[in-house]
Amino acid sequence: MHQEYTIIEGDFVNAGKASSSVKKTLKQLDVNPSVVKRVVVALYEAEVNAIAHAYGGKVLVDIDEDKIHMVVADKGPGIPDIAQAMQEGYSTARPEVRDMGFGAGMGLPNMQKNVDKLDVKSTVGVGTTVEMEVNFS
Amino acid sequence: MTLREIVDSLEATVHLGEGNLDTEVSHAFASDLMSEVLTLSDTPLLITGLCNMQTIRTCDMANIDQILLVRNKKPTDEMLELAEDNDMTIISCRYSMFKTCGILFQKGLLPLY
Repeated sequence: MHQEYTIIEGDFVNAGKASSSVKKTLKQLDVNPSVVKRVVVALYEAEVNAIAHAYGGKVLVDIDEDKIHMVVADKGPGIPDIAQAMQEGYSTARPEVRDMGFGAGMGLPNMQKNVDKLDVKSTVGVGTTVEMEVNFS
Repeated sequence: MTLREIVDSLEATVHLGEGNLDTEVSHAFASDLMSEVLTLSDTPLLITGLCNMQTIRTCDMANIDQILLVRNKKPTDEMLELAEDNDMTIISCRYSMFKTCGILFQKGLLPLY
């Protein structure tokens, strides 16, 4: 099953819409609730990051029998040092992102904690692609 | 303690979930930082001063269905609509986060950590 969602720059009101929709789909597919939570927490953090830091992008979701594969690809400033961005507490978030309850440098670490595979690729001045996979069992 | 006892202790307003007030609540977590809420493995009552759509979205992702807004924050219609879709209870009180937590801790509500 393939699903696609569009992310609009600065659209904080709708941050999490894709994650909400994926949650509903996984519940309908009777996926273990603790696995569903790991998936949606990671995807939600990725969505918020793309809205907060980039100029728009896409969420691509592929659900198989035994796993979910998610790609959050944005057009944006990119991440100059991915290792530094992965450190808990490191943040470049603007004040408006903090006003939304995010921007404390926990997004990428939260994603890493909840998924089985995480791959972050970024080109400065072009954008960032976050690829995540979670096994259902 | 029940949600109703929490409402009474704080002279709180119930915005959504009037029918859920007899639900027992054992634990609470207080934070304005939603990334922190997303790290929880349990589903406590969330005490927060953050009052926007992300409060509701975060609780949806974290499977939390009881939200207590402090510092006189009031949910918007848009927040209530999304919260209703997810069968949440939203209450608010005029006290600060510290005072709210102090009152509820004294009444026996437990912390997660």
